[in-house]
Amino acid sequence: MPVAKVNGVEVEFEPGMTVLQVAELAGEEIPRFCYHERLSIAGNCRMCLVEVKPGPPKPQASCALPAAENQEIFTNTPMVKKAREGVMEFLLINHPLDCPICDQGGECDLQDQAVGYGRDDSRYDENKRAVEEKAMGPLIKTVMTRCIQCTRCVRFITEVAGVPEIGLISRGEDVEITTYLGKAVASELSANVIDLCPVGALTSKPYAFNARPWELKKTESVDVMDALGSSIRVDSRGPAVLRVLPRLNEEINEEWISDKTRYAVDGLSRQRLDRPYLRRNGRLEPATWAEALTAAAERIKATSADRIGVVAGDLQDAESLKAAKDLFGSLGVTSLDARQDGMALGDGPRESWLFNSTIAGIEDADVILLVGTNPRLEAPVLNARLRRRWVAGALTVGVIGEQAELTYAYDYLGAGPDSLANLSKSKGEFLKALKAAKNPAIILGAGALARADGAAIAALAAGIAKTYKMTWNVLHSAASRVGALDLGFVPGEGGKSAGDLVAKGGADLLVLLGADEIDLSASDAFKIYLGTHGDAGAHGADIILPGAAYTEKDGIYVNTEGRVQLGQKAVFPKGEAREDWSILRALSDRLGKTLPYDTLAQLRAKLFEDHPTFGRIDYVATGVSPDLAAIGAKGDLGAAAFESPIKAFHLTNPVARASVTMAECAAEVSAAAKIAAE
Amino acid sequence: MSIRRLSPNQPASFAFTKESQTQVDWWISKFPAGRQQSAVIPLLWVVQKQQGWVSEPALRVVAETLGMPVIRVYEVATFYTMFMLEPVGSVALVQVCGTTPCMLRGAGDLIAVCQKKFGNREHQSADGKFYWQEVECLGACSNAPMAAINDYYYEDLTAESFEAILDDFAAGKSPTPGSAINRTGSAPEGGPQVLSDPKLYDGSAAKPIKKLPNAAPKGKAAKEPAA
Repeated sequence: MPVAKVNGVEVEFEPGMTVLQVAELAGEEIPRFCYHERLSIAGNCRMCLVEVKPGPPKPQASCALPAAENQEIFTNTPMVKKAREGVMEFLLINHPLDCPICDQGGECDLQDQAVGYGRDDSRYDENKRAVEEKAMGPLIKTVMTRCIQCTRCVRFITEVAGVPEIGLISRGEDVEITTYLGKAVASELSANVIDLCPVGALTSKPYAFNARPWELKKTESVDVMDALGSSIRVDSRGPAVLRVLPRLNEEINEEWISDKTRYAVDGLSRQRLDRPYLRRNGRLEPATWAEALTAAAERIKATSADRIGVVAGDLQDAESLKAAKDLFGSLGVTSLDARQDGMALGDGPRESWLFNSTIAGIEDADVILLVGTNPRLEAPVLNARLRRRWVAGALTVGVIGEQAELTYAYDYLGAGPDSLANLSKSKGEFLKALKAAKNPAIILGAGALARADGAAIAALAAGIAKTYKMTWNVLHSAASRVGALDLGFVPGEGGKSAGDLVAKGGADLLVLLGADEIDLSASDAFKIYLGTHGDAGAHGADIILPGAAYTEKDGIYVNTEGRVQLGQKAVFPKGEAREDWSILRALSDRLGKTLPYDTLAQLRAKLFEDHPTFGRIDYVATGVSPDLAAIGAKGDLGAAAFESPIKAFHLTNPVARASVTMAECAAEVSAAAKIAAE
Repeated sequence: MSIRRLSPNQPASFAFTKESQTQVDWWISKFPAGRQQSAVIPLLWVVQKQQGWVSEPALRVVAETLGMPVIRVYEVATFYTMFMLEPVGSVALVQVCGTTPCMLRGAGDLIAVCQKKFGNREHQSADGKFYWQEVECLGACSNAPMAAINDYYYEDLTAESFEAILDDFAAGKSPTPGSAINRTGSAPEGGPQVLSDPKLYDGSAAKPIKKLPNAAPKGKAAKEPAA
């Protein structure tokens, strides 16, 4: 490897690295605004100037200068210091001194670097420029006078999000960042530009003027809005979660999160169930915990086990599922199901319902077949990875299902099961690429598996995967799904599936663990709802037991690749609400079937003992492949086209549906769709 | 320079005329497949030729024609000040050079003429026939002061000759472009003072030139269709 000297210290570096990267290898901090590891190099802020020998006798922009063998790099010479002060002075010429009213204050790159590298005072006494605010939709607030034209937002939206809608218009001192005629940015990842903005030009609209960063309690946790389990940081003050930010996790979300992950949190303080309710004389009335639990226990006792059904929702933590399974298992209930959408996977080897390529590993695939899934809506961050590989020219994508705009080009192979069955007979480039592929993968979504012929489609897809040696991947959209399947939270001997349970006469008693995505209108069962929001599940319930949302409890979530992750409690549950497992524990006491754990630690110990996969936190197996012949079951294929389970990206779960911000986003999207349809 | 914005008054739609379309196709065919975006500036120029200015629907049409995001076209159109973003005069777009050489030679007088005749700069005149602006150096400094009217340079102007030219335009005539005092190019008034020996130009002083070094290969280049 070539060697360069940074401030006199020799450093080995990889060929192709820039001077900035080499200096960082040596542990030198280089200030920068426009440079970002995951975006293309622009070289327009000039803050990263260093002195390089051999070279011209002037400072050089280190972010755009390739490092060379035997180069001498200096980051601490008087020339560099003066250059940085000069650049900073120019940047501050047109930057307003409004830090006291700026939401970026306290976490502002410009603020920090002005203190670190700038002059101590200003020599500028001319007028500053002012720039009109721009409309960028319900998430991004703009104060464009603060913009320093680093163009990170333009590059992110164009390169990573793949929705080229932000641009830099005009020129010279008049340049402005804007969308085309003030259109909202139509990307599921749009709000990441707020994190990228090094100044307060693009800030969070829902969080505007809410808090200062140093007031917030920061809790590192896991996202549940989709099945990727993105790493997040939950910022809370007192009882309120104020915002969610991404955490760096190269294995999953890198440093992006979707808009839903970031902004659905205002739904955590709306429509909440904060006390138990009992239905008396046809109306839900507030009750005490003792009343509610006793009523529930009596009802459960009075119902025979084969007429009881338990349906778990998409946001449940593994602990509450474990407690429910233990409790109702001990009562002899076998009708347990966590698959509200009726997904056909759940028995057989664990790998059959996992994303076996792993999220980071999907980048090694050269040909990917998407079946019944729209990753842009079901897992936007994963979609950005696919796009990156496609942009690099290393990926061919084929789609069977909806012909949606995915931000990359693909070969459209058909809409439904027939196209999948006839794939080997299809003509076109995709099949050729698939045959020649070194590392092909298939990704199945709920659109293909959550239907009456799901098992047959799974078997068919597994056969295709076997023929072409494709890695088997299932992309879930429910955060609880893999954990529930790992636990065996599926109908046992003689048990009914979720779909059968909610049918008319399907059960006499339904226990709903946050189950809000299933149509309960036909069910005539007595319903006990344990959950967080006054959403679909709670409306028809007869007993409501208020539970804790994902930011309000320590919980284990297993993401779609089978990675077990720990969510952390950031705030306390609302009002009288309790953590879900402890409610089930209390209920078990009244049923005389006391669960054998008194603390979460004991529950986890039991969970790890019974299901060893849960004990391997943040571990994901690589290179495993299920026995493809064992997946699914033979059966008739339906003719209906595959449909993505996500109709409205911003409204997929009770938290998001309670969120005002998400409602605004959804309105924006449907308005745009209406215009497009005209 | 001032902040450039799209005009608030926009036509409902834009379509290339048949003649424009020929030019559009010609420009696009100059670039390899997948690189059509490179034709964005020529296409915007074609739009401006056709329309007199560049309207918002035209930006969308150009983006669609070239398969590129409309924001990228918008960026280009706002970057280059020669793309007019609002309707200009139906008869003439008058661009008076106000940069140093012209200014020293009396561009202020020309500007005063425009101000008097048409009103404020960067607005259509009351009758809608004219639109004037002051521009940066147009590269005709040796013929200062000058103004570009529509596609041609009018040079060596005085307030009187400039006004006469503008009156001609208003009357529907097309005045002859070039020097108002009949200079040949930038040669001195009354004709060249040096290099006047005709022998210099008949080839007798040098070897005959058979082929210009940068001449186009014969019969290969496609001709640009007439505007």
